[in-house]
Amino acid sequence: MTINPNAKLPEDESGTIVFSTDPLVIKYHYEIDYIHSYAQDSEFFRALGKHKLMGSKCKKCGYVYATPRAHCMMCGSETEWYELPLKGKVHTFTTCYFSGEEFLNETPFNLIMVEFEGVNSLFMSRLIGADTEDIYIGMPVKAKFRRNQKMNVTDVYFVPDVDK
Amino acid sequence: MKSKGRDVYMVAGGVTKFSKASPDMDFRLRVKKAFDYAMNDAGLTLADIDGSVASYFSDHFQRQLMAGIMVQDYLGLVPKPSKRIEGGGATGGLAFQAGYEEIASGRMDAVVVYGFETMSHVNTWKGNEFIALASDTNFDYPIGGFYTGYYAMMAVRHMHEFGTTVEQMAKVSVKNHGNAIHNPYAQSPMKITVEDVRKAPMVSYPLTRLDVCAMSDGAAVAILASEDKAFEITDHPVLVKAIGTGTDTMRLSDRPFGEVPLLPNESPSDYKGLKYPGVHSFRAGRMAAKEAYEKAEITDPINDLDLIELHDAYTSSEIQTYEDLGLCKYGEGGQFIDEGKPELKGKIPVNPSGGLLAAGHPVGATGIMQAVFMFWQLQHTIKKHFHDDYLQVPNAKRGLIHSHAGTGTYVTVTIMEAVK
Ligand SMILES: [Zn+2]
Repeated sequence: MTINPNAKLPEDESGTIVFSTDPLVIKYHYEIDYIHSYAQDSEFFRALGKHKLMGSKCKKCGYVYATPRAHCMMCGSETEWYELPLKGKVHTFTTCYFSGEEFLNETPFNLIMVEFEGVNSLFMSRLIGADTEDIYIGMPVKAKFRRNQKMNVTDVYFVPDVDK
Repeated sequence: MKSKGRDVYMVAGGVTKFSKASPDMDFRLRVKKAFDYAMNDAGLTLADIDGSVASYFSDHFQRQLMAGIMVQDYLGLVPKPSKRIEGGGATGGLAFQAGYEEIASGRMDAVVVYGFETMSHVNTWKGNEFIALASDTNFDYPIGGFYTGYYAMMAVRHMHEFGTTVEQMAKVSVKNHGNAIHNPYAQSPMKITVEDVRKAPMVSYPLTRLDVCAMSDGAAVAILASEDKAFEITDHPVLVKAIGTGTDTMRLSDRPFGEVPLLPNESPSDYKGLKYPGVHSFRAGRMAAKEAYEKAEITDPINDLDLIELHDAYTSSEIQTYEDLGLCKYGEGGQFIDEGKPELKGKIPVNPSGGLLAAGHPVGATGIMQAVFMFWQLQHTIKKHFHDDYLQVPNAKRGLIHSHAGTGTYVTVTIMEAVK
């Protein structure tokens, strides 16, 4: 047992950024690394490295999804993996001049929703190689893949399909 | 058979002035101000209150988990029952409905619904990032997570599908910012023109800075009561006639291409060949309206309702919502504003308060703010609370409030009625 009435917290050189004193406003930093599992959707992300787009097809009702989901929202049954075509059309689009902080340095960028022949739902992605005024609804686009995967959905993006 | 439960009345409301940043008050004090305003207006004491519902959207913004209990504690409501409700942009609307359920079920005779958000804890771009975390973080967020981008894509498709124009969207901005000039609680009152809206910096094509609501700090409080309790408290309660709630897929890309759920004033022939909802319409908004209309026996919305406060986070979404609510048919939303129908002096005033675009959108407070403004409109006490009766809708007997999350993932519709 140690009773020491002269005990002191050590002082250090770290300080706090103060934005204002009345009211007292300070900078508070917060950061976190998640251990994030793609779980039942993992195959989609792995397949991007093989230059494949994997969607889901309902085993029971046949509904075809352009994004993965292990169970069908129409009937609740299990789905199976389904290889999507790599060519589609612009269903709608925008060009973002601002964004959330993480993507600000990438602006302006185009977002599109892609429709694929014979698929019941859409796929959201980036479109590069075209300006706002070049893009139109119905525009043919094709998927391209990053060489060095980031293991996220940006491993696939779309460019204008000029072969059409 | 479904039980309707007990009748529910709103007896008091309070709102703090919404502002971009007000660091002089934390969320507890901000709610306390709105709470005291409501309590004093109705002459209530803490002993009258049986419990509460807390409404706030993002733990990221508050930088505090369990912020709800801190408000409960600060207001002097512990150890009474309470819970937190969260559903993105519709948090306030959902919390108001949860308060309704406390009364309707007979669990409580008087309940406080309080909502707040302190968005100024981070800069605007970080705030946009937090909001975008309310989109699918595996499939949507990493592409450029930005809600204005998602809404812009919906607007582009609405324009393609129905011929809606950017000028029609701009008119919504002109109307709502103009109305807010007479609302002392509003964050961004402005007299602007269609040209001003179009010349403002482009945020996400075709939406400019003036097509989009801003970040806000704010709080709002609504007090609900059973019939006996309500008439004990005030001679002028407002009946919460009916509630409706709809949902839709988190990912915009998963929305189906099916048929329109019809309202009583529509027929299948109105929508031949229209693939619904796709990404042009909010199916959750339509389902919420359908449920609320059925309970309130509303068969002709534009004639059965006198005014509306709806969730106009974007000018385009106000136009889309005219259609979801059946104020006009799908595809006629642009024409609806061209004809001046939602103007303050029009057929059915929409967002006389200025809406989210101009009054502000401190997320957890927003849906409750709508209830408070609607309550004052139906009580015919706008002059008392705004110190200006310009925005008082003269014939206000029955109103609709509409709260909306995500790209239309949760939507609430609540019908309120003047008692006399
Ligand atoms: Zn199925």
